[in-house]
Parts: sequence; structure tokens; C-alpha cells
Amino acid sequence: MNLVFIRQAGTLLFICMILILLHGSRGEIPSKPIAATILPSVKPDGGVQAYPEDQKNNLPMFTMNYPRIQIPFEITLWVLLASFAKIGFHVYHKITIWVPESCLLISIGLIVGAIMHSVHEEPPAVLTSNVFFLYMLPLIVLESGYFMPTRPFFENVGTVLWFAVVGTLWNSIGIGISLFAICQIPAFGVQDINLQENLLFSAIISAVDPVAVLNVFEDVSVNEQLYIVVFGECLFNDAVTVVLYNMFSFVAEMPVVEPVDVFIGVARFFIVGLGGMAFGILFGFVAAFTTRFTSKVREIEPLFVFMYSYLAYLVAELFAISSIMAIITCALTMKYYVEENVSQRSCTTIRHVIKMLASISETLIFFFLGVVTITTDHEWNWGYILFTLLFAFVWRGLGILVLTQIINPFRTIPFNMKDQFGLAYGGLRGAVSFALAFTLPDTIGRKQLFVTATIAVILFTVFLQGISIRPLIEFINVRRTNRNLETINVEIHGRLMEHTIAGIEDLCGQWSRFYWKDKFMKFNNRILRKILIRDSRAESSIVALYKKLELQNAMEILDTASGDISAAPSIVSLYEEKKSSSKPQKKFLAADLKNMHDILSKNMYKIRERTVAYRGKHALPNDNHTREILIRRHVSIRRSLRPGSFQSSSYVPRTHKYFSLPAGKSLESTFPAARRSYADDHETLSEVAYPSQRSRFGKPARSSSSKAMIPLRRLGTLEEVPSTDVLNEDSSSTEQGVFRTNSSYSDSHVPRPRRLNSSFDNNNGSADDLRNVHEEPSSPPPGWAAEPRDNTARNPLLRRPQWTPKRK
Amino acid sequence: MGSSSSSRNKIPNAQELMDQTGFSSAHLLRLYDRFECLDRDNRGYLRQDTVDFSSFVRILAHFRPTDRNRNKEGTQQELPNSRTRKLKFAFQLYDLDRDGKISREELLQVLRAMLGLQVTEEQLQSIAERAIQEADLDKDDAISFDEFKKSLEKVDIDTKMSIGFLK
Repeated sequence: MNLVFIRQAGTLLFICMILILLHGSRGEIPSKPIAATILPSVKPDGGVQAYPEDQKNNLPMFTMNYPRIQIPFEITLWVLLASFAKIGFHVYHKITIWVPESCLLISIGLIVGAIMHSVHEEPPAVLTSNVFFLYMLPLIVLESGYFMPTRPFFENVGTVLWFAVVGTLWNSIGIGISLFAICQIPAFGVQDINLQENLLFSAIISAVDPVAVLNVFEDVSVNEQLYIVVFGECLFNDAVTVVLYNMFSFVAEMPVVEPVDVFIGVARFFIVGLGGMAFGILFGFVAAFTTRFTSKVREIEPLFVFMYSYLAYLVAELFAISSIMAIITCALTMKYYVEENVSQRSCTTIRHVIKMLASISETLIFFFLGVVTITTDHEWNWGYILFTLLFAFVWRGLGILVLTQIINPFRTIPFNMKDQFGLAYGGLRGAVSFALAFTLPDTIGRKQLFVTATIAVILFTVFLQGISIRPLIEFINVRRTNRNLETINVEIHGRLMEHTIAGIEDLCGQWSRFYWKDKFMKFNNRILRKILIRDSRAESSIVALYKKLELQNAMEILDTASGDISAAPSIVSLYEEKKSSSKPQKKFLAADLKNMHDILSKNMYKIRERTVAYRGKHALPNDNHTREILIRRHVSIRRSLRPGSFQSSSYVPRTHKYFSLPAGKSLESTFPAARRSYADDHETLSEVAYPSQRSRFGKPARSSSSKAMIPLRRLGTLEEVPSTDVLNEDSSSTEQGVFRTNSSYSDSHVPRPRRLNSSFDNNNGSADDLRNVHEEPSSPPPGWAAEPRDNTARNPLLRRPQWTPKRK
Repeated sequence: MGSSSSSRNKIPNAQELMDQTGFSSAHLLRLYDRFECLDRDNRGYLRQDTVDFSSFVRILAHFRPTDRNRNKEGTQQELPNSRTRKLKFAFQLYDLDRDGKISREELLQVLRAMLGLQVTEEQLQSIAERAIQEADLDKDDAISFDEFKKSLEKVDIDTKMSIGFLK
């Protein structure tokens, strides 16, 4: 009932909008109150005079000046219309499962176009190719670049580029030549199209736009490799197409093509591609550098992200190099550093805004596609168009087949036939082809035919392939990711193996995917981060943020039922209660498990960067980690408030149990917590400082070796943080006293400068040593559950400046 | 890197190594060059006389990608790059005291080494606890090799523990 009502209201609103638009595009100034039926609240009283006739000189009570606001008004209405369409789709949920959104949008566009056509209106002239290329396309590409999952992307970068570049070339040249062959047949009447023009056209229609396909892949949880290849291919394919288009259009206007031109073309291709990347990286670094200094002007921080990316795009356009590559690389470079420098809110804002703009842009494009389909003059040629469709399909399939055969030996996870089918079938055409078609210079005789053919191909692929791909994929059962099946074990062991492999590869000393990554990460850590990331933060901001979060958390706890909060006992507290190795089986809640996965994935050393799970192209990344960690921490706070659980009395006076130091003691040495990076798109507050006072509590009754509580790698880096007094001052209330600095584990027990390198042989060796060395007097077990964890944003107060990681 | 037979003669037990590990002779030569490169003092051993060339090769042999077409003779089990051997290698990284089980402390040690400093002890304990819970089927609070294998049965070990260019 509710639904029906909404839909009726929606349709009504819809129709009103259309009428307004129709009216508006006529561009008249309605002088009579006929407009009163549509336009808001016009009371036609006697004084309605748009044009005062004579020299009456009365002050007009009501005037209207439409031309003044016409353009912004119409733009707003169109955007609103498209957004209503989007809302409308999701009201009836099931439809979006079977019909991809782009189809729906095009259909709505078709309807609107039909309406407009029937009243002989023209579509708004705002959709020129300039508007598309300068305003709409950058937004879409920025979003793709910003939210690209970096780790799978870089692992597959060879494949992606291979498919994008070589694949597109293959497609365009193949289709072009076959179409040229077709043109020779007199029966179709298209003999006047020469080779250059055919190539130009084929370049246009080889631009793939798998928006719909990605949504389907996401829903079906297709395997990561396939996803990332399709995603990446689309992105770079756009760049390649635009480049090819420019080249061919230039060539098409030349009467004669010489071999020299071909070589120049190829050279230009590389210049364009690499130049785009260079510009992107440059702007990305500049943006990162700028955000280093924006701590005082938080409100405009998101602006920098947008402005710099847009600047990269425009400058690349200025030099006619690949602007798409520029903006993608800018977004990629920028994201990593900017998200560390910028405040939490700005980060969220940036993401929201990018998603919003991209969403609108895409919606509008498909919408206009529908409208324009009806309202342009078409030139239809059965033969040409049908063959275009055929060749587009055939060449793509062939291309994927051949290319996969060539590149499969180089991949660790080769593509099987089903993957290839998914790849080939997922080659829908879309926005870029559409825009390029409209940009065709008028010197080309058969421009209308090309436009028509392009639209036909787009409609065909989007509707037919878009709708059918989902059942097909499910039918052939493409390899899925087993996203939720990973156990903790798998994650741990998997990471261990990756570390091992990285180490062994070092041993072998040869080029491999980990080698470059490690090199880059070293370079990154040593040089880039120092320059581009803001080093220290005002204390107040951290404390203020922390306070705010505490408040938030407290409110949440009040709101939510207590089930989740108090029911998750900390396992460690159980240790105190028994001294033998038999212990009750602890049940882990789902929240705990998820937490563990998060902890593991965020905190394990970055041989690999874990990426966040994809949640669809238009969904924002997961936001819940902050909550969970805070909740968990709060559990510990609560637990610690219980009198029985706190047993480590001898070192920490009870009143100071939240403080980092016992009163009167200074730290011998500390473990500064490393700075966490935002490489994972997580919204959590990164720093969880290491709990202190660990070593003083000796071993649990079980065995001795567990006392090696320090990550063995770090032993060489123990230093003092002299300024912990500041911490004490800051943590003035028990609520906040969670800056835990780390005391020395080694104390007198472990020799301090222990240099370890990353190979595990050392672990073996030093573990033995540690075991021997440990003979702590019995002290309270480490089951000190009162570990309110410290979730300061990024930088715990003081660590970073003093921490010098010394490896090897 | 000339693959003349005279170079091969430099390598002791070359044929035996090749048979046992499955490396081709070209690979073996390359590895030998690398070994010499690492062995700066030319002592014939790496790392304070613990690793000589054949141990070097044998360990590295664990990381060869598994051959896709296995012959079902059962000899596969002996090649170092079989799945079981790879798993055994990984297992031994944990099991430091070589008692055939990964105890909680060993697991904790590895976890600590792998995790950054931001993780509290409590979290570590929970994670280790969970890991043992998941894998430990006979409830002895430690993970034996079979349990280890079982917990990783769904994982494509070959991909994870292989270095492509060693093939």
C-alpha cells in the first residue's frame, strides 16, 4: 500500500517535471498565468502583469524573469529527474536484480525523448561533447580511479594493460578493416566510407563500459581476478580509445597516409599514455604535499582532492595527452597520502562527494542517451549496422581468446574458459562511445550513419548483453571468490606464506612481483612518507577527537541493547581464573570474529595490502570498523572496572590503572606504535597503541616462551619516549587515559640491540635465546583485561618522531 | 651463465640434486651462480656454515610451482614441491621445537612477529585462541601437522607458496 502510494506520487512528480522541462526548453517567457498550473504557487490576482502595458507606472506585484535562470534551472531539473528515476528503480527492488540500472535509465530516457519528440521539442543543448568530456567524464573516471582496489590491481597490472591496450587495438583495427571490406560490397551502398573513417568508427565502438557487468559480477561474487581485469580494462580502455580516436580523426582528415605517419602515430601513442601517467603522478604528489599543511583549514580539505585531480585532467587535455590516465594516476597516488593527512570527516566527505558526483554523471549520461536516441535524425543502413554489431561481437570474442592464450602462461592464476567467456561477454559499450560519436567532426560525410550505428551498438549491447549476462554467469558458474569462508587460520597462515615467499624471492634475487613492491614500499617509507605526510599533530586534535568518540560510543551504548557489548568476554581474563592448561572453550561471537579478521588484515605487516571487499560500484566502503573497535575497547574498560579482574597490583596502583605509567615511574623504554596507513580504505581510527606494562606481569603459568611478547623484529628499536609525562597530563580523566605507552619488555632480560632481519631463520634462533633468557619472577599473569585500547586517530601523541625503525 | 658441462661439474652431486628436486640443469646453474654471489667469502656455506649449496637448492625446491599434470605414480610425494611438502615447510616455520605440533606459544610468537605494534596482547591472545579452536580437532590445544593441513585444505597452496621463475 505504501509502495503503491509512493509510486503514484512518484509518477505524478515525474510527469510534472517533464512538463516543466518541456516548457522550459521552449524558452518563452510565460506572460500569462497559464503557467500557474505548473509553476509554483502563483496566485493570479488582479495585479498579475508581467508586462506593465502603459505608463501606469504601478509597481508590479508579480514579475517573472525566466531567461535569467533558464540554464541552471533546466540543468537542475534534469539532474533531479534522473535522480528520481534512480529512486524509482529501487522502490521496486527486484527489478534491479534482473535489469541493470543502465538499461532502466536508458529506457526512461527513451520515454522522455519520445515525449519530447511528440511535442516537437529539442533536447536541451547543454549536452555537447564539451560538456561531456570536460564535466561528466572526469567525474566518472575519478571515481573509478579513487576506489580502485589497489592490491589486486597492481598484481594484475600486466594483464590489465595487456587487455586494455592490445585488446583495444586489436578490436579497433579488426573491426575497422572488416567493415572496410564490407563497404566494398556495393549492395550496402556505403562505398564512400574510406579506410580511415572506418578505423575511426571502429575506434569509437571499441570503448568498453562495463558498468552493468561490474554490478553483476559484484552480485554474483565472481572471482577477484576477473573483476579486477574487467574493471581495469574498462578504465584504461577509455584512455586508449580516446587516444586512438584523436589519432584516427587526425588521420581521417588527411588525404594521404604515409608510413611515416604510422610511426609517428605509434610514438605519439606512447607519449600520450606515459605523459598522462607522469602528469597524474605529479599532481598526485603535489596534492599530497598540500594536504600536509591543511590542518588548520579542515573545511576545504576535500577541495584539494577535487581541484588537483581536475587540474590534472585539464592540463592533460591542454597538451592533448591522455587525460583519463592522468586523472586515474592522480587519484591513485593522491589517495594513499591524502587519506593519512586529512581529517576523518574530510575523508568521508571526499568519498561521499566523489561517489555522488560520479553517480549523477553516469545517470545523466545514460539518460541522455535515451533522450537523444529519439530526437536526433538517424540514418539507418541495415547492412552496415548489422555487420557492425556482428563484428563487434566476433572480434571481441576472438580478441579475448587470443590474448588470453598469450598471457595465461605469465599469470599465476590463469584464466579458464569461463573467465574468458565472462570477459568477452562483458564487453558492453556505453558512455564513452556515445560521447565520442557525437564529437565526430562534421567533415565526415556519413556522420549520421556513424552516430546511428554507435547508438545501435550501445543499445544492443546494454540491453541484450546486460540483461542476459547475469543468468549466464550464474549458469556457467564462473569461479567465485570465497570471501566469507576464510578462517582465521587461513588468514594467518596465508600471510606467513606470503612473507616467506617474499623472503625467498629476496634470496633468489630475481625480479618478481613482490620484489618491486617491496622496493617501492621501502622507498615509500623512507622518503615519500616523510615528505608528503604530515608528521605531527596538535595534541588537542587527537584528544578532542578521542573525546568525541568516547561520547559517541557512550551514546551508542545507551542506545543499543546490552547484548553485544557486555557479552563478549575477553579471553585473556579467563586466564587469570585458572592455572592449568585446561580451559573452557570460549565462544567467539560473530562480532569478535569479524574483529579478528579486521585486526589481522589491518595489522599484519604489509607484504601485501589487504583490500576492502568490493561492495559494488556505487556503494561506499564499509564504515563499521570504528564502531566495532570502540565497542570492543569499551568492553575492556568495563571489564576493568570490575574489581575482581584486575590483579596486577604491584606495579600499577589502582587509581592509575588507566594511565600509561604508574605514578612515579618513568619508562625505561617504549614501543612507539607505528603509524597506520589508510591504505585500506578503512575508516577506523588507526592507532591502537601497544599496551604497556606487559613484561612486568611475567608469564602465565603455562610456559615460558610466551614471554617473548615483542615482535621479534622490533627488538632493535627500543628507545625511550621522554615525554610521557605529557601523556599523563592529558589523560586527566579515567575516560581518556588510554594512551598506553609501551614499557620495556626487555628490561633486563633480553639483550637490547638485537638485530633481526626478516627471514624466519632468525626467529627460530632468537626464539630459543629468548626462551633461555626468560626467568622472570612470578608476577601476575598478563590477564590484565583492563586494556582500554587506544584508538587515537593516526598519530598517537608522541611516538612518531622518536621512532626510528631499524631493520637489519 | 654459460651452461657448459664444465660448469655443471662444479656443482657437486648435480645429477642427484636435479633428480631430487626437479630443477632443470639450467636452473641449477643459475642457482649456483646466485649461491656464489651470496657466498661472499667463498666458503661454500651460507650463514655461518649451516647452509651449503645442496641445502640451498633443496629448500628452494620447495617453492617450485607444482606441475599441473601429475603422474599418479606416487613419486610425487617425494618431490619437494608437492603440496604436502610445501605445507610441511610452512608448518616448520611455526613449529620451532620440532615436536610436530604448533603450540599456542609458537603461534603467538609468529603472530607477534607478523602483526604490527598496534595490536594489544589481548587481541593477540584472542586471535591465537580462535586459530587453535578452528584447527584443533583432537582438542589437545595444539595444531598438529594433519590439522594444519586440514585447515588449509581449501587454500590453493601452490599459488601461495610458489615462485614463478623457479619453474
